[in-house]
Amino acid sequence: MLLRNLVHFGRLLRGAGLDVHTGRLLDAVQGIEQVGLRSREDLRLTLRTILVHRHEDFRRFDQAFELFWREHRSSTRDNVLGAIGERPREVSVRTARGAIEATVQDDTGEGAPEALKGSIRTWSPDDVRRTKDFAQFTPAEIEQARLALRDLKWRVAMRRTRRWSPGAGARLDLRRVVRKNMQHGGELLVLPRRRRKEKMRPVVLLCDISGSMETYSRMLLHFAYALARSRARVEAFLFATRLTRITRHLHSTRAEDVVKAVNRAVPDWSGGTRIGDAIATFNRCWGRRLLGHGPVVLLISDGWDRGDPAILRAQMARLQRSCHRLIWLNPLLGSPEYEPLTRGMQAALAHVDDFLPAHNLASLESLAAHLAALGSGRRGADFRSTEGTPARA
Amino acid sequence: MDAASPFTLPASVQELETLLAGERYVADRALALSVFLALKLQRPLFLEGEAGVGKTELAKVLSSALGSELIRLSCYEGLDVSHAVYEWNYQRQLLEIRRAEARGHADAASGGDPLFSERFLIRRPLLRALEAPHGRPPVLLIDEIDRADEEFEGYLLEVLADFQITIPELGTIRAKQPPIVLITSNRTRDVHEALKRRCFYAWIDYPTFEKELQIITTRIPGASRQLAEEVAAFVRELRAADLSKAPGISETLDWVAALMALDQQELDAQVIADTLGVLLKQQEDVHAIRGERLDGILMRARASRAAS
Repeated sequence: MLLRNLVHFGRLLRGAGLDVHTGRLLDAVQGIEQVGLRSREDLRLTLRTILVHRHEDFRRFDQAFELFWREHRSSTRDNVLGAIGERPREVSVRTARGAIEATVQDDTGEGAPEALKGSIRTWSPDDVRRTKDFAQFTPAEIEQARLALRDLKWRVAMRRTRRWSPGAGARLDLRRVVRKNMQHGGELLVLPRRRRKEKMRPVVLLCDISGSMETYSRMLLHFAYALARSRARVEAFLFATRLTRITRHLHSTRAEDVVKAVNRAVPDWSGGTRIGDAIATFNRCWGRRLLGHGPVVLLISDGWDRGDPAILRAQMARLQRSCHRLIWLNPLLGSPEYEPLTRGMQAALAHVDDFLPAHNLASLESLAAHLAALGSGRRGADFRSTEGTPARA
Repeated sequence: MDAASPFTLPASVQELETLLAGERYVADRALALSVFLALKLQRPLFLEGEAGVGKTELAKVLSSALGSELIRLSCYEGLDVSHAVYEWNYQRQLLEIRRAEARGHADAASGGDPLFSERFLIRRPLLRALEAPHGRPPVLLIDEIDRADEEFEGYLLEVLADFQITIPELGTIRAKQPPIVLITSNRTRDVHEALKRRCFYAWIDYPTFEKELQIITTRIPGASRQLAEEVAAFVRELRAADLSKAPGISETLDWVAALMALDQQELDAQVIADTLGVLLKQQEDVHAIRGERLDGILMRARASRAAS
C-alpha cells in the first residue's frame, strides 16, 4: 500500500518536472521504515531527502506533497497532475513571441517548408546575405542563415587547467619515470614528462529580448542554439526586465521545453529593458555558480536601458571582474551612423573588453574567429571592430 | 562517545539530535533527519548551501559524536588520483633500485615487482577511508566538491557506487564496511546530476533568527542575551541586503566574540561601522553598507527583534 502510494507520488513528481528515478522509491520505503511514520512532517522531510537532489526543486516538491496528500483522500489523481503542471499563462502575445516559437520549430526540423529545402545547398558564405542586416531578413533567408550558423565551427579560446596529462611539458612524470625505467634495471634512460591539460573556456550568453531587440531576437536565438552545440560548455539566459535561464532547454531536443521557457520570460516583451537589474540578478544568483572557470561572457543587447545607469555600471564592473572576457554584442553597431550614446551604453562601455556588432552573418563569423583567437590575457577594450560591419562610404 | 565504546548508530532522529546537541551543534529537524537517513541506509549525504552555514562543521561534529575517525578530502581543481586515492613513493622506489644495485642484485628491480608493493604505497584519503578497520566506519568528508573538476566527479562516482578502488599494480581494494560519506558543495558550479543522484540530499539554509540565537548562546555562553538577540537580528537583516558575500555563521560568532572583547553590551551604529570588517569580507560590501544604509538595517533589526 505504501509502495503503491509512493509510485503514484513518484509519477506526480515526474509530471511536475522533477528527476525521480524508480530505484529511489525503494530507498524511500526503507527510509520511512527507519524514521517511522510518526508525523506528516517527518514523512515530507524523509521523502525530500531521498527523492530530491536540487534545492531549486524543493518548492515544487513541497507543492506536490501538499497536493498529493490532500487530493489522495478524494483520489482524483488526474486533477493533481494537471494542477501541478505548467499552466499556460495569460499574456499579451506579440509578434516576437511568435518568432521564437517558430525558431523552436525550425530547429526540430518541423518548420522548414519543403520549398526551402532545395535551395539550402545553394547558399554560400560569399553570398550577399552575409552582410545583409538580420532585421531585413525574410523567413526563407532566416532558415538559410540558421543552417549556415549550424555549420559554422564554434571554438572558444583554451584555458589551461590544473590537471596534468602526459606530454612534452616542463615537469617530469615520476610515476612513468619509475615504470618505464624498470625494464632497464633501474637505469634512468627515458624521462617521460607531463604538462597541463587544456580545456575550452565556457561561454555564458546573456541575451536581451526586449521589444527593441525584436527584429534580432530570432536570429540570435539560432545563434545560441548553434553555440550550444559546439564543444564549449554554454550557459544561456534571456532577459528584458526578468532574467530566465534557458541552458537546459537549449540542450533538449524537445521544442516545447524551449517554448515554455520563453513563455515564462514573455511578460518581459511588453516592458522595457533594465539591463543593470538583469545583470545584478545574474551576478547575485548565478555568478558564483557559473563564473568559476574563466568563462567568456557574451552580452547581446542594443543598450536601450530604462534602468539606472549607475546600477548598470556597477554590475558590469562586477561581471567583468569575475569573468575572463566580457564581450558586448550590439546589433545596432552594424549601422554606420550608430554611436553608443545612450546613457546605458555609456555607463557599460567602460567595463567591456570587446564591443562588437552582431547584426549579420559576417559579424557572427568574425565573432567566431575572435572567440577562437582570444589569448589567455585580457586586452584593453576593443571598441567598434570594423570587421563584419558594412563598408563605409 | 569515546573510541573505546562499541560503535552504534543512533536509533532515532531524536537520539541523533541529542548527540549533535551534545557536540554543541544546533541542527534543525530537517537536517538531523537527512543525516539519520544517510547513516541508516548507508548512503552518501550531499550537503549544499551557501558558504558558512556549517556544512563542514557538521562532518566534524558527527565524527566526534560517533567516535569515528574523520577523514577529510579537500577538493581543488586538478585534484587527481595521486592526491585523492594513492600514490607511489617514487623517491623511495628510485632509492630502492640503487640499493638493490649496490647489493649486486641487478635484476632485483625488474623481477617480481617488489617496487610496487604496499611498502611504497602512499595512502590518500579515499583509500584510507576504504581500508579503515572493521567495526567503526570512519566519516569521510569530501569537502567543497564544486572546486574539483568534472574528471574527479566521474572518478568519485565510481568509488561511491561500490566502495572499491583498483590499483593496477596491487589489485582491487574493497571496503569491509562503507564509510559514512558527507559531500559538501558551496554551489560555485553545478555538480553533475549523476553524482547527486547517488546521494541523499540536504540543503542547509542560513539559520533562522531563533536558530542563530541558539547557536550564539550555545557557542559563546558568555554573551549577554541582549547582545545575542541584537546580533542575530542584525545579521538576518544584513543577509537580506544585496551583498556579494553574505556573512555566515562563523562570521556571526567571530563578530560576537569581537564585540565582547570590546565590552559591548549592545549594538550601536558606531561600533557596527568599526567592526564591520569582521562580518563582511568584501571591500565593496563594506563600502555599500556603511553610512545611511547601515542605519536603516539597524533600525529594521531593532523593529523585528522587538516584534519577535
